[in-house]
Amino acid sequence: MENIGVKEVILAVVTLNGNQPASGVPVFYARDEAERDRIAAHLARILSGMVHDLENGSYIIVRH
Amino acid sequence: MQDYLVVVSVGLAMGTLGRLYLLRVDYRQYPSYPQGYMVHLALGFIAAFLGAVAIPALVAKEYTAVTFLALAAQQFREIRDMERESLKHIEDTELVPRGAAYVEDIAKAFESRNYLAMLTALVTSAAVQFFKNSVLGIFTGGALILLLSYFTRRKRIQDIATVRPAKIHFQGSILCIENIKVMNVGHPDSRKIFIEKGLAVMIEPKDDDARATLANIGQRQAIAHDVAALLGVKRDVNEVDFMPLVRIELDTGRVGLVIVPMEKDMESLIEAVKMVPVLESARRKPLKSKAGRSASD
Repeated sequence: MENIGVKEVILAVVTLNGNQPASGVPVFYARDEAERDRIAAHLARILSGMVHDLENGSYIIVRH
Repeated sequence: MQDYLVVVSVGLAMGTLGRLYLLRVDYRQYPSYPQGYMVHLALGFIAAFLGAVAIPALVAKEYTAVTFLALAAQQFREIRDMERESLKHIEDTELVPRGAAYVEDIAKAFESRNYLAMLTALVTSAAVQFFKNSVLGIFTGGALILLLSYFTRRKRIQDIATVRPAKIHFQGSILCIENIKVMNVGHPDSRKIFIEKGLAVMIEPKDDDARATLANIGQRQAIAHDVAALLGVKRDVNEVDFMPLVRIELDTGRVGLVIVPMEKDMESLIEAVKMVPVLESARRKPLKSKAGRSASD
């Protein structure tokens, strides 16, 4: 399992969608896109994760 | 007694020289410090010594001495373990890891080179013993070193594939190299950096054997590691977006590499990819089998 395998973990969700429920994973609600990008950048740095765009207004921070 | 001394010392010298020669060839990857050289030279010396005394021992009817050769072979297996262990331990400190296959490949190469030193010493001392001429022995040893290093030479990516520049573009948030979808890059700033500073190449296998080899994950990781080591990589422990990635195109078996290097230089990137060794564990030859051949047309 050194080279392949499921080891990705969603660390946080950053979203514009206020209806996105928080369940099991921390959700950060952003007011606009600029704030979302900024929060995502901070979280990625802090958590050593990568930002992925789900293209529905939500970003997820994933540890690979 | 004097005769034996000449036989053994010529054999010993040629064996050690052979080890030194191969250490020089391999300087690019590892080891990089005199300590590392010292370890391998010392072991090469011991191997050469064992090889060199075998023939005189046989001539002197000391048959038990010859059995030590077998014992020695056992001992030298440890070298592979030693290399593997030490490379594995430092794997965590590499920004772009070598991958298990590459580590195994390097470890194996180090083990085999000790046998090479032993064999060179053995053949050289045999030549000196039978021809009673040290110059002839030295020539035999030198020829053997060149011959063996020629045959144990590795293939490189350029032997099995062509490498050409490729274009990076984004489909929404998905990073693509031509039509290979590599990964989802969420942050707009990261996307901008990929477009501005990223480089990509396409590695096109020359035949089905090459395609199977390039598909190996270990081989692809080795490419990523070598390229990152040679060109530098814009990446840190908490900056994971710019990990060099090597991904396959499922339809054709072509392989795309994307990297954000320190030095944005396409020429050197292509050169670096071409020089990556083909790993032994990754080498596949489906075309050698009937099923593979008939599947290929």
